[in-house]
Amino acid sequence: MDESPRVGMRSPLGRVTGLGSAKDGTGHWWAQRLSALALVPLASWLLISILTLPNLGYAAVHDWLSRPLEGFLAALCTGTLTYHSYLGTTVVVEDYVHGRAAKLLSLIGLKFMHVLVGGAGIFAILRLTMGTLVS
Amino acid sequence: MPARARPLSPHLQVYRWQISNTLSILHRLTGVALSIGLVGLVAWFIAVAGGAQDYAALMRLYGGAFGWLIAMALVFAFFYHLLNGVRHLAWDVGFGFERRDRHASGWLVVAGALVLTAIALVLAAHFGGSSHG
Repeated sequence: MDESPRVGMRSPLGRVTGLGSAKDGTGHWWAQRLSALALVPLASWLLISILTLPNLGYAAVHDWLSRPLEGFLAALCTGTLTYHSYLGTTVVVEDYVHGRAAKLLSLIGLKFMHVLVGGAGIFAILRLTMGTLVS
Repeated sequence: MPARARPLSPHLQVYRWQISNTLSILHRLTGVALSIGLVGLVAWFIAVAGGAQDYAALMRLYGGAFGWLIAMALVFAFFYHLLNGVRHLAWDVGFGFERRDRHASGWLVVAGALVLTAIALVLAAHFGGSSHG
């Protein structure tokens, strides 16, 4: 048996009771799979749309991204990509970054970065689609 | 009780390199690359929203030979991650676990990603004419 120092007078059973599963151990796993499933059509659509644009000049890209359906799908895709990327890179940091401080700071950094990237991307697309409504 | 060295799982340095672990590592590598690519995509959206001048400034960076190379590498990473992701999803619902199936689907993913990247190149050339517009 492990000879970890006993703190207080609680029995080993008493110490672990209530420290077990938080009942959401599969939450991350599921979220990664579901976002992957959603991205199969969404990300494919985004890539094919960009590849089949008449050219990558400002007018063509602006027209494409300003259309309601295209803007909506691009925003949806950006959000899902960001979420999926957050889940994936989090696992990578958890696996390869060692040391409590470095790991914690990396995980916080990843979270902030992803909220920033996803928020900025969706905001930019909304500006384009809403802009055409207002003007 | 004295501390005893615990048995370790096979270490990377003595682990025979084979298609299964190569593809697994490649899945993570392409995932991280695509995460960085996502920042580039969002920067592109921001530049479009920012107007013609912002867009032209960003496209000077993206439109060069180096930018094109990165874009094509990301397209390959995307197709690889997509196909291998579907392979993982198939495993998750219990298909393709036999050794033969695993190896066949692995090679299929690599070949598929290469073919789709080539098709993407042709599409971009056919529709885009030039990447600069």
